[in-house]
Amino acid sequence: MSTNMDRRDFIKIAGVGAGSLAFATPLFDFSKGEVLAPDAVPGMYAKRTPTYCEICFWKCAGWVHTNKDGKIWKVTGHEDDPHSNGRLCPRGTGGVGMYNDEDRLKTPLIRTGERGNQTFREASWDEAFTHIADGLKKIAKEHGPECVALFSHGSGGKYFGDLLKGYGSTNIAAPSYAQCRGPREVGFIATFGEGVESPERVDIRDTRCLVLLGSHFGENMHNGPVQEIAQATAKGASIITVDPRFSTIASKSKFWLPIKPATDMALLLAWMHVLIYEGLYDKAYIEKYAYGFEDLKAHVAGMTPEWAYGITTIKPEVIRETAREMANASPRVIIHPGRHVTWYGDDSQRLRAVAMLNALLGSWGRRGGYYNPEKVPFKSHPHPPFPKPARTWKDAYPGKFKLAGLALASGICDATVPTTERDCSFKGWIVNGTNLIHTLPNQANTLKAIQALDLMVVIDTMPMEITGYADVILPECTYLERYDNIRVSKHREPTIALRMPAAPPKWNTKPAWWMAKGIAEKMDLGHFFPWKDIEEKLDWELKQVGTSLEEMQRIGVKKYKREYDDLYPMENLDDFEFYTNTGKIELYSTAMEDEGYDPLPKYTAHEEPPEGYYRLIYGRAPMHTFSRTANNPNLVDLMDENSVWVNPKVAKEWDLENDQYLWLENQDGIVSKTPIKVRITERIRFDSVYMVHGFGHTNNKLSRAFGKGASDADLITKVHVDPVMGGTGMRGNFVTFRFEAGEEVSS
Amino acid sequence: MRYAMAVDTLKCVGCSDCVVACQTENDVPVGHCRDWIVEKMTGTYPELQLEIRSERCNQCANAPCVRTCPTEASHYSTGGIVLVEEDECIGCKACITSCPYDARFIHPEGYIDKCTFCIHRVEKGQNPACVSVCPTHAMIFGDLDDPNSDISKAMATRKWKSLIPEAGTDPKVFYLL
Repeated sequence: MSTNMDRRDFIKIAGVGAGSLAFATPLFDFSKGEVLAPDAVPGMYAKRTPTYCEICFWKCAGWVHTNKDGKIWKVTGHEDDPHSNGRLCPRGTGGVGMYNDEDRLKTPLIRTGERGNQTFREASWDEAFTHIADGLKKIAKEHGPECVALFSHGSGGKYFGDLLKGYGSTNIAAPSYAQCRGPREVGFIATFGEGVESPERVDIRDTRCLVLLGSHFGENMHNGPVQEIAQATAKGASIITVDPRFSTIASKSKFWLPIKPATDMALLLAWMHVLIYEGLYDKAYIEKYAYGFEDLKAHVAGMTPEWAYGITTIKPEVIRETAREMANASPRVIIHPGRHVTWYGDDSQRLRAVAMLNALLGSWGRRGGYYNPEKVPFKSHPHPPFPKPARTWKDAYPGKFKLAGLALASGICDATVPTTERDCSFKGWIVNGTNLIHTLPNQANTLKAIQALDLMVVIDTMPMEITGYADVILPECTYLERYDNIRVSKHREPTIALRMPAAPPKWNTKPAWWMAKGIAEKMDLGHFFPWKDIEEKLDWELKQVGTSLEEMQRIGVKKYKREYDDLYPMENLDDFEFYTNTGKIELYSTAMEDEGYDPLPKYTAHEEPPEGYYRLIYGRAPMHTFSRTANNPNLVDLMDENSVWVNPKVAKEWDLENDQYLWLENQDGIVSKTPIKVRITERIRFDSVYMVHGFGHTNNKLSRAFGKGASDADLITKVHVDPVMGGTGMRGNFVTFRFEAGEEVSS
Repeated sequence: MRYAMAVDTLKCVGCSDCVVACQTENDVPVGHCRDWIVEKMTGTYPELQLEIRSERCNQCANAPCVRTCPTEASHYSTGGIVLVEEDECIGCKACITSCPYDARFIHPEGYIDKCTFCIHRVEKGQNPACVSVCPTHAMIFGDLDDPNSDISKAMATRKWKSLIPEAGTDPKVFYLL
């Protein structure tokens, strides 16, 4: 963050100056959108078109304002949108930088040299599609279509998913599952029969007490919750933050518990102990809805705050006081499930404990706790049934990860590296909008997998590290230049939102739907895309829910009334059949037990940093989304590199100074590819260091991001895999300081 | 009419949305900004306090920049908003030197630039861009002469401070504590 910086030293960056090389294509009709009379309001936009943001997964709806000359001026939030409430976060506001970035991918590219050495030739779309179609046909013939996988993050993945399913593979993985929020879905489904989903069904707006474990709202700018936290605290809600780092939200909390990292489970169990043995839990709720209370009571009998103190370093009286704080607010209390929760490998169990704590406090299905979201029943445009694949990624892992609800990106990556134990490894990857080099842990393994592929296609707007390894690169236009599927939002009130182009695609870039349909047609799979263009498809879909493309182009967001009056189904202890084996909230999980996992979560001691090493903790900055914004001119202007946070005591021991650059080396001898700046601060514990994820780019085609800061992903080589669902625990890596570069690594 | 702004330090998370909203709204060239975030941390682990502020030109009623400007390019406008008349500005930087808040910079086109409280929006009854975009509603803009304005009410009911009061500039940006 550019804090305390002398403004005269404010980083100078060359102006954007990307001339608009736009040319209209018959795919886009720019006469739509809300048009103002040119002189209606001097200095105002000439036109505004609806969109929903693609810079993070929150997908806030907004308006793109264009000037009279057709230039995109700014993006603002949509007033009727429950994700943004009319206000975008800095990334959404800075979305125009993604459009203006002159480093964007501009035309299809086909690899001419070795994988990874970045030598490509420009190709026509037809040539690129033919290359991909031939490659896919060859894999289908030699190995079967199920040996191709799609990795996706973002809207375009839907179309490539349909292409893949039509082709004969259902191996569609999003790193947002096994590298992020998967464990919480598994933990909550095992307890309540339903997951947390996205946007999270947390009723922060009306809560009286919000408990955060490692979640750093304000630094992660999940727009809805950040807004609602401000509303709730203004009404007197208290926040309890558990974090080894004094995060922004910790600074706004009534209680900050500076926990020893990797010991959260002990704290959760001790909290349950206090609630049960002090009789503070919601007795009527538990009696009515819960299964296995007596088992839980016996299970946590010895897990006293005194027991937890020795593990967590949180004082017993603080554990008791915070448990009482939650109980006083009950049922309007939220133990927040977090989002990126793949930490230590026992994450599904930790999230089970979070779910159980919520159950004891009676907050699930209650106002100020967890609401019951609803969405519009939305029908996709009909297409012929997809073929049934001969096998799926799960066949590569017999008897493992039994509760994984979605495909594992890391699992597919691992199953791409050839081995004698498997008769078939993955041969083809389609990678849409996710920079797997920075997303998946253990880069060496990812690179080994990539080198074993027959075909890798990357679809992105930017030249990322992953694009350097592609056989074919397809340049997607940004979300400001394209239509995508309707955003069908599951929220307190159902809404739908439209994204439409505000300007024609720059250079020779195209939307994902057009690419997927084009490739399908080359492979005689065009019948899976039975519409002329996306406008025809969207209009058909919108007409099924009482609107039309024409109306949505004007209003952007449409709100619907809830069909059922059950926003808080457990508010009055009404009868409810949960989607679990017992029909109850399972404090004792029969689903876990059936699959051979612990039915009640246990505390496991995790490895601690060796002498001279510090636990590597990573997180987010409010103006960046992973590595995808690292070159956005507007957002780079706000933060252009990350730093490593070091406690002053540690800095003294190592004789470190603020702003000095050094390298980090992990427990496996892996050294960061780029140096990182030191930030000495009391805000981090002595046994840990902290850095923001998404920096340390090694692709020199990213003129602003190249070589700026360091990548935590480089250093995450030890992965603790969650046996329940295959999540990749990434917080068990330790780093030390190095004052010279590691050996030259080619990238 | 006395336009003023109050920034609620309890709500501000320092996300910089105000900075980028100002840049796009006012076409501020990338590499420059009219508002910025300051974080002040005090204490020793784990007894820590953090104050986060969105800062900008303080729109002083006794503005050193106006006094030192040799061409009267820096001047008071509607509601006391301090503006720079681009065509009158000779880029001498006297105002930059005199401003205790470091709120001004040289626009690449040669004139001195700074926050205008988005007067083009305010005159149409809208909030400045930074206020309108803030996800936590941490900023309040309004007229101090109107006792019923949100800002007058906030100033009457909350503890607040201004920056470098000893400079005697009579600033119109306040920080709610």
